Amino acid sequence: MDIGVIIDSVPEFAKGIAITFEITAISVAVGFCLAIVLSIMRVSKNPFVWMPVYGFNFYFRGTPLLVQLFLIYYGSGQFQEFFSKVGLWHLFNEAYFCAILTLTLNTAAYAGEIFRGGIEGVSFGEIEAARACGMSGVKLYRRIIMPAAIRIAWPAYTNEVVFLLQASSLVSIITLMDITGVARVAAARTFAFYELFLFAALIYLALVYGVIFVFRKIETRITAHLVHEASSS
Amino acid sequence: MFDLEGYGHLLWDGGLLTLKVGLFSMVIALLLGLVAALCKLSKIRILDFTAGLYTTVIRGIPELVLILLVYYGGPTLVQDFAAMLGRDIYVDLNPFFAGSMTIGFIYGAFATEVFRGAFMAVPRGQIEAARACGMGPFLSFRRIQMPQMWRFAIPGLGNVWMVLIKATALISVIQLPELMRNADVAARSTRKPFTCFFMASLIYLLITILSLVFQQWAEKRANRGVRRE
Repeated sequence: MDIGVIIDSVPEFAKGIAITFEITAISVAVGFCLAIVLSIMRVSKNPFVWMPVYGFNFYFRGTPLLVQLFLIYYGSGQFQEFFSKVGLWHLFNEAYFCAILTLTLNTAAYAGEIFRGGIEGVSFGEIEAARACGMSGVKLYRRIIMPAAIRIAWPAYTNEVVFLLQASSLVSIITLMDITGVARVAAARTFAFYELFLFAALIYLALVYGVIFVFRKIETRITAHLVHEASSS
Repeated sequence: MFDLEGYGHLLWDGGLLTLKVGLFSMVIALLLGLVAALCKLSKIRILDFTAGLYTTVIRGIPELVLILLVYYGGPTLVQDFAAMLGRDIYVDLNPFFAGSMTIGFIYGAFATEVFRGAFMAVPRGQIEAARACGMGPFLSFRRIQMPQMWRFAIPGLGNVWMVLIKATALISVIQLPELMRNADVAARSTRKPFTCFFMASLIYLLITILSLVFQQWAEKRANRGVRRE
């Protein structure tokens, strides 16, 4: 066991943690907003609205993330002329952009299905009461359905965020220097394979349980009124 | 656009190897999951603790890091250990073996939770009845708990399989010529990366659809003796 190698690479790992955190945070934030929209479209009765979303979700949940990543990063090269013409080539040429785009679309599909389950779990009485109060359309969704749906879906959504954090390690394959990327490059240089990969694993372990801790805190906060009710009755 | 320039068979062969790796990993995951679930349910503290540690740690580490750790780290660890004992050996891991062992080891942790829930879902009264009929713990486990547990385990195991088969794509980073790796080779030679990766994704999608159909059939079959309410 060569501890010196690990100590030497700590500054690089610190940068790697920042990249992993950045990529995950942006994808989670954008993916969350997208998933909300997708889940509302998914429960629509109009087949022109729910069927494309169903197809999108099925594709992104039914294929490996690595294929999606390669499809966007390398696959976009096949349409270089087109992307250059519309002025988007500088984006698709960038591994960082492709990584975030792929992770965002992927998490949007998974979270979209999770939130759909939440929407379907909202008790009908609440919706009836809201309608009786004169709410409909956007107001009904914004005030009643989505808050309740997110509360129901939160534990499952926590799992999804943990998966996304771990899945972000794949961006090292398209040359980004996240935690895994730093470990791979440092290992190739020093031959200290198990020391560096074990260290990377420990960092992920700490991050994952950190995320779970934070999301549990949010969960107790958004369900605080329900806990109170249960304990007082 | 969908002309693969004769590389179609490469993708097909890759798909078959992906299935092989997936099935081999799944067998390992099932065996490990079963053992770890029994450890978690046992009253022996050290077994419960070890199984708990296994599931907690494995589920917190990305698959890719574990694959790299086993494939590159494993041999060097053994060599360093041998050098400490004054021996000079050379270890080389087979990608198929290293990859499927790692994937099986990871998804064993997920299968553990499925099996644990399934065993707990078998009504307690049935075990008591088995005991009353004079069956010992092993006999009642084999005759009563084990056959009935599957009914509760199949939906969860179906999910584990679906995630597992997609995770096998990661074994391509250690050069195993499975679907993903072969798609990469085809993409480089034809200079049509989108076409090749898209076709590969459709093969994965086909595997997913077939798995869903199989899962529905298995669930129906497992529940055939249950009275419908």
